[in-house]
Amino acid sequence: MGREKLFNAAVLLVMLAVPLLAWQMDEPFIITLATKVAILALAGVGLNIALGLGGLVSLGHAAFFGIGGYAMGILASHAQNYEPLFAWPFLFEGSNQMPLIWLVAVLASAAAALVIGALSLRTSGVYFIMITLAFGQMLYYFAISWSAYGGEDGLSIWVRNEMPGVNTLDPIQFFAVAFVLLSLTLWFAARLAKSGFGLALSAARQSEERVETVGLAPFKLRLMAFVISGAITGLAGALFADLNRFVSPTMLSWHTSGEIMIFVILGGVGRLYGPVVGAAVYILLEHLLGGISEYWQIFLGLLLLGMVLFARGGLIGALLGREVAHD
Amino acid sequence: MTDPVLKVENLSKSFGALKASDDISLDLRPGEIHALIGPNGAGKSTLIKQIAGGLRPDAGRVEVLGQDVTALDTVARARMGLGRTFQISSLAMEFSVLQNVVLGALGARGRAYGLFQNVMKDKALLATAQEALKRVGLQEAAQQRTSDLSHGQRRQLEVAVALTLKPRLFLMDEPMAGLGASGSKDLTGFLDTLRHEAPILLVEHDMDAVFALADRISVLVYGAVIATGTADEIRNNLEVRRAYLGEEDLV
Repeated sequence: MGREKLFNAAVLLVMLAVPLLAWQMDEPFIITLATKVAILALAGVGLNIALGLGGLVSLGHAAFFGIGGYAMGILASHAQNYEPLFAWPFLFEGSNQMPLIWLVAVLASAAAALVIGALSLRTSGVYFIMITLAFGQMLYYFAISWSAYGGEDGLSIWVRNEMPGVNTLDPIQFFAVAFVLLSLTLWFAARLAKSGFGLALSAARQSEERVETVGLAPFKLRLMAFVISGAITGLAGALFADLNRFVSPTMLSWHTSGEIMIFVILGGVGRLYGPVVGAAVYILLEHLLGGISEYWQIFLGLLLLGMVLFARGGLIGALLGREVAHD
Repeated sequence: MTDPVLKVENLSKSFGALKASDDISLDLRPGEIHALIGPNGAGKSTLIKQIAGGLRPDAGRVEVLGQDVTALDTVARARMGLGRTFQISSLAMEFSVLQNVVLGALGARGRAYGLFQNVMKDKALLATAQEALKRVGLQEAAQQRTSDLSHGQRRQLEVAVALTLKPRLFLMDEPMAGLGASGSKDLTGFLDTLRHEAPILLVEHDMDAVFALADRISVLVYGAVIATGTADEIRNNLEVRRAYLGEEDLV
């Protein structure tokens, strides 16, 4: 366990060092890339709770990512246009305050995860994958046809939302916001994995019968995991929309679900820092190879194929070996 | 005090034309080991599943501690105090041995599991878990990965997890299978004392163990109980000998 902790600390350090160096060298583009990595990693950490800990292969996490994005888009667009979101039971004019936007994003995506989870968790295996995919696509097409909020064109926000005490328009400061949220969530995910809930959830992944026999209901455990997972991915969605000052149905499409899953698989399913490593490698490849060829995803595909065939534990698994069962 | 802890009444279950359980009635009384024997395919596992809650019977009822549990699921029956061990180990293979037992202790505690406390540092859970491991003689292996355990050790671990639940009755599906002579003897001795804690419904192929342990034996053939009685009664029951022990044993 000591080795993995050391590795994780190194990952976090590199993630912090790269944008700080870029800041010194006045390279805002690199800071933005690092911010993107932090936010996408956050989305992956969310999925990893369902996928890694709970064994729930959700191909619908774009739904939560997009709901978080739209929570930001809707609140901020009302605030910038001075059109109240609703006037009853109290006047609410929308908001450009990040903490409030995050809260709404987390609550909305948690609520969506509760409904989607309650319906899809009655199935398992391939059916679970398909039904989560179906819910994601449902929301995708709904967003496309929702002309009040931009429909297919999406919603643009002119100025990045505000946060007390932080100048969010300064790339390095916005990076700091994303980095702090990612670190806090990683800490939370680590606690969760070691808690009684985490133990029971992980046991349900390994043997449903075992958990039932000790008097714990796998369905409830999984639903709770799915809700926590969706809420975290929703928070990432709100940040991602703020990074781009733009939200569109693309955030809800199944490509997005696939990408989030790739972060997790690439880094290592069930490994705490798997999604962080995965997102970093993905963005790096996209940036480096994308400059060489617009078909860069062929290389990504090859890498992924290699990962799945030869290193089931992802990059972290390949570097550090099998996870220690106890600690 | 002779009210049965478990009562099965007229239980029937068919899979298509196959009658896996044919009007089965049996009970388990406090302090006893009631063995369930029968040739392969007699419907023992189907019966166990219906008692544990994994399978709904077509007709009949199951009572635990005087309460009708026929409509309850596995989780609810486990909470009522039904401790089960499996024929094919259903342990969490990626866990350490200790984690598996802690899971049992956690289940026994019910809904109260936190999201933040490190479960492997919970003193009360660890005490329950260590105690259970000690009782089955697995305390040395506590930190081993479960998938690295031998077949026999997995059986011991199954029993240890069931112990953490402090059950009111045990449902054991072939705990001796694959144990070897000495392991089987050790477990026989252990079950012999365990019956005073909670009665055991024991499905077992090891006839030496069955005849050494069982207060009563029920014989299941083609889904029906053809006889219930003490070891001597079963040994001398002609129908049983013909159906199960084999004609060649008749002298």
